[in-house]
Amino acid sequence: MGKVIVVTSGKGGVGKTTSSAALGAALAQGGDKVVVVDFDVGLRNLDLVMGAERRVVYDLVNVIQGEAKLTQALIRDKRVETLYLLPASQTRDKDNLTAEGVAAVIGALKANFDWVICDSPAGIERGATLAMRHADIAIVVTNPEVSSVRDSDRIIGLLDSKTLKAENGERMEKHLLLTRYDPLRAERGDMLKVDDVLEILSIPLLGIIPESMDVLRASNIGSPVTLADQGSAPAIAYFDAIRRLKGEQLPVTVPGEKRGFFGKFFGRKAA
Amino acid sequence: MSMNLFRLFSRPRSAPAARERLQVLLAHERAAAGGDADLLGKLRDEILRAISKHMQIDDDKVSVRMERGPQVSTLAVDIEIPFDAGKKAA
Repeated sequence: MGKVIVVTSGKGGVGKTTSSAALGAALAQGGDKVVVVDFDVGLRNLDLVMGAERRVVYDLVNVIQGEAKLTQALIRDKRVETLYLLPASQTRDKDNLTAEGVAAVIGALKANFDWVICDSPAGIERGATLAMRHADIAIVVTNPEVSSVRDSDRIIGLLDSKTLKAENGERMEKHLLLTRYDPLRAERGDMLKVDDVLEILSIPLLGIIPESMDVLRASNIGSPVTLADQGSAPAIAYFDAIRRLKGEQLPVTVPGEKRGFFGKFFGRKAA
Repeated sequence: MSMNLFRLFSRPRSAPAARERLQVLLAHERAAAGGDADLLGKLRDEILRAISKHMQIDDDKVSVRMERGPQVSTLAVDIEIPFDAGKKAA
């Protein structure tokens, strides 16, 4: 039985889709069988970020409504053969997602994949609650910025109350993925500190993804950043994140904090 | 730093790729939204309907692939037709 992960945040534009694609690809690059499911019905984008937008035949809504078989809707990645995408519908709305339909799809995917990654839409409505409903693990994507931290706190509350795990009295495993972290702004003291965010949200840190041109480039060319440039800083951060996800004890390095003697000296002075 | 600069200049720009991908995608999506339903999707459905008139289609034996291109799109429908398919439908 595979593990179901929801990638969620409440707030839009923080990096849920980018992170879903990168984490999914990173896991598949390690040989695991992975499917990334787009729950953003009506505004799909995972297909575009993964470079499969021209190959969408059927989607999640088609499967739920019985118009297509799950196997027909799955799109296999052209670069990593154990990576699959289940796209959302672009033309229908989220009311087409039924609780029973989603349960059936997730159940079938769990039986056939090592990891089922649910890319949640922004917000706290139907699409978002259904995306998190069957999760074993939640990855809360947060930017070091006040509104994102507030929305993440709200989402953590929903994860602890509206999911199947919560309703069964079990504990939902939650991880914080801090994205768009800008070392320069951190240095200037204009960004929430990692420790502050961790203290406020009090869930364990899965990784810190630096704000980077490499992420923009990767989405421009339609490739998860772990595939587009494996040696780039964000790719390395995502690879490290999946090692932690798999239970490895790997210390998190804060981008930009590995300074030499002079850097440290002047950095302290500036702060 | 010099390493980063080297990487920056040695790679092709990604914005033209983004522009081209969006143009193709949006051209297809706008056509579909304007009531002029996605031709590829329409063909897919009609082909499957036509075939199901003559035989019972086992959904697991049908594979449909599409690729939307700037000038040309492709639609590939692979169907396994068992020897006695015609008898079943009759």
